[in-house]
Amino acid sequence: MDWQALSLSLELAAWTVALLIPFAIAVGRPLAWRRFKGKGWVVALIALPLVVPPTVLGFYLLVAFGHGSFIGDLYQAVVGRPLVFTFQGLLLASLIFNLPFAVQPVQRAFEAVPASVREAAWCSGLSNWRTFWRIELPLAMPGVVSAIVLTFAHTMGEFGVVLMVGGNIPGETRTMAIAIYDRVQAFDDAAAGAMAALLLALAFVAIGLVHWLSGRAARAHD
Amino acid sequence: MTELTASLAQDAPIPLSAELRCGPGEVLALVGPSGAGKTTVLRCIAGLEHPATGRVGLGDRVWLDTTSGVDLKPQQRAVGFVFQDYALFPNLTALGNVAIAVPSGNAETVARELLERVNLKGLETRRPHQLSGGQRQRVALARALARDPRVLLLDEPFSAVDQVTRRRLHRELLALRQSLEMPVVLVTHNLDEAALLADRIAIMQRGETLQTDTPANLMTRPASAQVARLLDLRNIHAARVLEHDARAGVTRIEWRGRVLEAGLAEAFPVGQEVDWVIPPARVLMHRRDRPSRGERENSLTGRVVSCVAHGTNVHADILLEGDGEADVVTMHIPIHAAERNDLGADTEIGLSLVGEAIHLMSPFA
Repeated sequence: MDWQALSLSLELAAWTVALLIPFAIAVGRPLAWRRFKGKGWVVALIALPLVVPPTVLGFYLLVAFGHGSFIGDLYQAVVGRPLVFTFQGLLLASLIFNLPFAVQPVQRAFEAVPASVREAAWCSGLSNWRTFWRIELPLAMPGVVSAIVLTFAHTMGEFGVVLMVGGNIPGETRTMAIAIYDRVQAFDDAAAGAMAALLLALAFVAIGLVHWLSGRAARAHD
Repeated sequence: MTELTASLAQDAPIPLSAELRCGPGEVLALVGPSGAGKTTVLRCIAGLEHPATGRVGLGDRVWLDTTSGVDLKPQQRAVGFVFQDYALFPNLTALGNVAIAVPSGNAETVARELLERVNLKGLETRRPHQLSGGQRQRVALARALARDPRVLLLDEPFSAVDQVTRRRLHRELLALRQSLEMPVVLVTHNLDEAALLADRIAIMQRGETLQTDTPANLMTRPASAQVARLLDLRNIHAARVLEHDARAGVTRIEWRGRVLEAGLAEAFPVGQEVDWVIPPARVLMHRRDRPSRGERENSLTGRVVSCVAHGTNVHADILLEGDGEADVVTMHIPIHAAERNDLGADTEIGLSLVGEAIHLMSPFA
């Protein structure tokens, strides 16, 4: 068992969740209720990582973050080190390939909040901010939790994008999925098996949690 | 407490041409068919919708004035709004639903009092999905009052409950309104409900307020044939004005070859085509055993074509015989009177139309 890889994967997943979920709420809420020109394109763009092969996405991110790229050079100028093959580069890639897993459940959850309930809050004198905290967010919470679980589990297991953008640097970019591949290459089936079993268990718990939460939410609203 | 005034106009998306005012403690009902714009008017008053042009004010406070660009948010308008589906907060208890709308510090105490006032004591900890339709409506009403609103807006508040519950809620609202000092605007498509609960009724169609009056005046003196039809009044017929007799206090009209005497209505010039209407209760049957004095008034004869008991009354349609073409007049008489006179299908009877109850209207466009 590669404990360093496990710890790195957990750290990456935690950072991804912490940064992506507030963003998903900020984007998913207006996507649920507002109508604007080009909304279809925005929705499609967010869904894109679901259908693009991970290596293809990884390739483009590598090009976008690498030497000579605008983002890569800007990062190098400000931070003093390159973005690709670092944890920070991996995190940025992780935020991008997790977009649909975070935004879509949140958007669906806000869509399910009836317009009349929000209007009732306004007519009860609640400010927009208080309506959000006291009414909208609690009602959308099952979707937010789904987004957290899916993003976390997906980050733990992502392989293609991570390998392309991060490579296989122990302690910096070698996640669990990479470590499993690495162990299999070295004919260390025992270590690979242990780590694979852990990810399998994690995935199972994540899916179980999502189903349990959505069932509970459905019962709470009749 | 002050008067609510609203004047709204727009062509799209929903055409509006509505004028209304509602005094303190008054209940004004907006009545009309589906799509008449009743709910839109209510939403414009609450600030949930924004008409192209208009003005909404409470006393000297302006909530909306499109000419000067004033458009207060719903939070700033001090309205209590009961939504058609009640729109309770599913994540909060009954108490929480009401308490969240109380602006002052002792929200829970005020909320408890309000729930008690709408007869929900003991159900404070229930969530909306654990309440019946009637109980939800009461929570919605308590929540609307929690803000200490200056105007109470009720959007079809009785449409989601069964008949028995509805009657009980009607009684409760009638009792509650004794203590309400603010203007109350009630949207309903049910005319009987409006007549029961409201001081005045505004009849709406296609976004337009056609007539606003007391229920009694509306039913006996509709402003136009259009209003009369929306009220589903019986006995609407076309006629022509023959003459005004100011001394006798009558206007004579010609209705398919018959001359009728109506109450004096000099607003309609001689020769003009008019529609007239008479309440079925003011069509009197001539007693067979003992003819009476009133039988000289607009006396007609006819044959009963249908005769149906309806509560304590009998509703009878009478096919008139006259100078050629036949017409049907509907009459409502008490069951005992119908029985005493052996009223039944195919009975030949004489009847009188009470002249002062014949109301002339501008004809249907």
